[in-house]
Amino acid sequence: MYIYDAFDRRLLAERVVDFRDQVSRRLSGELSEEEFKPLRLMNGVYLQLHAYMLRIAIPYGTLSTLQLRKLAEIARKYDRGYGHFTTRQNIQFHWIKLAELPDAMAELAAVGMHGMQTSGNNVRNITTDQWAGVAPDEIEDPRIWAELIRQHVTLHPEFSFMPRKFKIAVGASHHDRAALRIHDMALRLHRNAAGEAGFEVMVGGGLGRTPYLAQTIKPLLPKRDVLSYVEAVLRTYNQFGRRDNIWKARIKILVHDLGAEAFAKEVEAEWQSIRDGALALEPAMVADIAGRFRYPNYATLDDGPPELAAARRGDRAFDVWLSNCVTNHKMLGYAIATLSLKPEGGTPGDCTAAQMDKLADLADRYSFGEVRVGHEQNLALPHVAQRDLPALWRELGAIGLARTNVNLVSDIISCPGLDYCSLANARSIPIAQEITRRFHDLDRQRNLGRLHINISGCINACGHHHVGHIGILGVEKNGEEFYQITLGGKADENATLGTLIGPAVPYAQVADVVEDIAAAYLDLRDKPNELFIDTVKRVGIEPFRERVYAAR
Amino acid sequence: MPLVENGQIVQDRYTYVGDEEPIPERVPVIVPAQRFLAEADALIRRDGSLGVGWPNDRRIGELAPWLGHLALVALKFPKFRDGRAYSQARLLRETYRFRGTLRATGDVLRDQFHFLIRAGFDSFEVKKPADAHAFAEAANRYSVVYQPSADGRTPALRRRVTATATESADAIDTAKR
Amino acid sequence: MTSPLDQKKIKIAGPVVVTANRVGDGAVVYRSPDGGWTTELGGAAIVIDADSARVLAEAAAGDDLHAIGPYIAPVKLLPGGNVRPGNLRELIRRGGPTIELPAPLES
Repeated sequence: MYIYDAFDRRLLAERVVDFRDQVSRRLSGELSEEEFKPLRLMNGVYLQLHAYMLRIAIPYGTLSTLQLRKLAEIARKYDRGYGHFTTRQNIQFHWIKLAELPDAMAELAAVGMHGMQTSGNNVRNITTDQWAGVAPDEIEDPRIWAELIRQHVTLHPEFSFMPRKFKIAVGASHHDRAALRIHDMALRLHRNAAGEAGFEVMVGGGLGRTPYLAQTIKPLLPKRDVLSYVEAVLRTYNQFGRRDNIWKARIKILVHDLGAEAFAKEVEAEWQSIRDGALALEPAMVADIAGRFRYPNYATLDDGPPELAAARRGDRAFDVWLSNCVTNHKMLGYAIATLSLKPEGGTPGDCTAAQMDKLADLADRYSFGEVRVGHEQNLALPHVAQRDLPALWRELGAIGLARTNVNLVSDIISCPGLDYCSLANARSIPIAQEITRRFHDLDRQRNLGRLHINISGCINACGHHHVGHIGILGVEKNGEEFYQITLGGKADENATLGTLIGPAVPYAQVADVVEDIAAAYLDLRDKPNELFIDTVKRVGIEPFRERVYAAR
Repeated sequence: MPLVENGQIVQDRYTYVGDEEPIPERVPVIVPAQRFLAEADALIRRDGSLGVGWPNDRRIGELAPWLGHLALVALKFPKFRDGRAYSQARLLRETYRFRGTLRATGDVLRDQFHFLIRAGFDSFEVKKPADAHAFAEAANRYSVVYQPSADGRTPALRRRVTATATESADAIDTAKR
Repeated sequence: MTSPLDQKKIKIAGPVVVTANRVGDGAVVYRSPDGGWTTELGGAAIVIDADSARVLAEAAAGDDLHAIGPYIAPVKLLPGGNVRPGNLRELIRRGGPTIELPAPLES
C-alpha cells in the first residue's frame, strides 16, 4: 500500500484546517447552506434522511490495519458502532454530526484517510480491482497509476466545479474485476502486439437514468502521457459538459451527443498542446510514487502445502470455504481470501466496529497488515500464506466473516436505499435481506452457482442494478414501493446492460420473483455448470418473463 | 462589490461599458465580448487600456488572436458551482500565454480563492466584503499542491524528485511558500 | 416516496407539515408554530391549504442557520389528536431505518 510522505500529510492537515473553518463559518451563519453545501460535499459530507453521512475514501480499496482500526474507532466514537462499505470502495458512516466532523476528520487524517472528493462535482475515489497488486493475471500493479492520478486530481484548481461528478477506474488485466466500462473514464493497462505497455482509455460510461457503457477513444496511451491525457479529457468535459440539466450533465451524455470520434478529436487537440509540458511524467516521478508502495516480504513457499490438503480432506466446511472464497495469488504459496459481508438477514456491506478490530488483528497475523475493499461490498485479505488458510478460516468463522456465499445468489450488492438515503424511492436492504433468507441453504446456493443480484433504491443506480445478472430497481407507484426487474447485466470485460423483463412488482413479491427466476434457470440450463448469466444469454429473457409473470 | 488585487482591496481603475453606450476616451474599459469582436479594429487602436468580458460558454480560443492588445480579460462565474472559467483561465495563461490582468467576476467567494489564484486569476470582484477582507488569509491555506497550474507553483511530484540535500520533504514545515 | 427535494409546485392533498434536518447533527426536525424547530412531530405546525404551506415553507427556507433542506411533508391526523407521518419516507425519517442496525446503539 502507499505510504504517505510529508507532502501528503501536510496537504491533508491543511485540508482539515480549511474544513474546520468552513464548518465554523457555517454554524455561525456566515456561510449559507447554499454556499456550504458544495464545500461539505467536497469533503464527503452528505445529508441523508436521519443524519449527515460521511463517506471516506479508500483509494483503490487498500487499507492498512492501522487505518481499519481507526475506522472502528470512528464508528464507535462518532457513529453507531458500524460502517458500510460501498460499491466504489469507500466506507460510509450514516450517523455523523456536522459539529463533530472536523474532529473526526483530524483523527482520520492522522492515519492518512479523508473524505476529500468522495462527493461533489469533482473527480471521485479512483477505484481498481480489489486484487490489484496480487492478482496473477495483471501485467503490473495498477494502484501506482491510480495513486498518480489520485494526487493529480486532488484539490485540482480547474476541476473542482465540473458539470457533475467524475468517476475513474484503473485496471491492469484482461479480465475486468473493476467494472471499468461503467465509469466516466477507465484506463486499462495492457500490452499491444509489439509488447509495448500502455493504457486503453475508455470514456463515457455511467449508469443512472441513461446508462451507457464506456467507449474506447485511445487504444494505447503511453504511460508517460497518462496525466496529460486525463487532464485533456477533464478539460474537455469541464468546458462542454451540459450544465442546464442535472440528468444530462455527465460526460456520458457529452460523448453520446458528440459521438465518441468527435469527442476523441476534441480531447486529442487539447492533449497534443499539453502532452510535452509539465504533465509529462518523468521516470523519476513514477519511481518516487512506486517507491512508497510497500509490498510484503513474502516468504519463499511452495504451492499446495500438505497442511492444506490435509485440512481439505479433514473438514468439508473448510473445503467448501476454500473453493468458494479463496483465489490464486501471483506469489507461489500464497492466496487471496475473500470475506463475505453478506450474512443471512444482514445488510450487504455493513461491518461492525468489533468485526473491524478483530479483522485487523487477523490481517496483522495472516495478511501482512493489509485488507482490501471490493466494489462488490466484500473485503479481502490479499496476502495469506496457503499453509495458514485453515487457521485463518477458523478465526474468520468466529467473527462471522467466513460465509461461503461469495459470488452466489445471497452475495447481493445493494445501495442503502430508503432506510437511509434521501434520494431513494424505495427500500433496498429489506429486499436483500429477504432474498438471503429465502436462499439461506448454501447447498442450494452452490447449485445455482455464480449469480449476481444488484439492488438500487432509485434510478441513481448506486447499487449498479443495470449490470447485475438480476437487477432490481426500486420505484414508487402511488405511495407504494415497486421494483423493476432486469436480467442479463454484466460488469466485466463483456459489460452488458440488463433488460427489463416486465412491469414492476410490489415489495412483497420481489423475493418470490427471484425464486421464480432461479427455478426457471434450473429448468432451462443445458447442463449443471452452465452459469445463470450464460443461460440468460442463450435462451433470452422471454422464458424468464413468462415464468415470472405467469401468475402475476 | 470590493475588488481585490495583490491581496488588498483596491479601487477599480476600469469602467464597464455596455453593449450600446459610447466608450469613454482614454480610461481603462471593459467591453463585452460580442461588442469587442464587432468593433475590434477600432477598439485596439483606441487610446486607453482595453479589457474584454468573456462569457463562460464560449470558447476562449476565439479571443486568442487579440490577446496582445488586451490589458485585461474578465471571466465569469454565474454561480460559483459553474467552473467553466477555470478552464478558460488556464488556457489563457498556459496555452495562449496571456500576461495581462485576469479578473474573476460573478459569484466569487472566499472558498474558491485558492483555486482561482492557482488557475491564474490575479484580480477578483469579491461578492462579500467580509471575504474581501479575509483574502490574504484565505488565499494561503495550502502549502502543498499536487498539480502544476497557471500560478507556477511547484507540484509535490516535482518537489519530491528535486529535493536537494539541504531541503527535504520534512523541511516543508518551515519552508515559506 | 419520490424524493421531495425538488418540490416546485405546491399541491396539498391533506394536512401537511414542513420538515427539515437540523444543522448541527442532521436530526429530523419539524417547523413549529412559534417559528422554531422541534424534533417532535406532535409539536409541528400543521396546515391544510397550499398558501399556508407555502408561507410556512418559505419561512423555514430562510432559516438555514438552524435547519436545512425544508420541504412540505404529508401527515395523518388521527382521532384523539395524534399526528402520524403521512407516507413511508416520513415514517422512516421519524422512526429510523426499518431494519435492525448491525450493532447496538451506543449511548
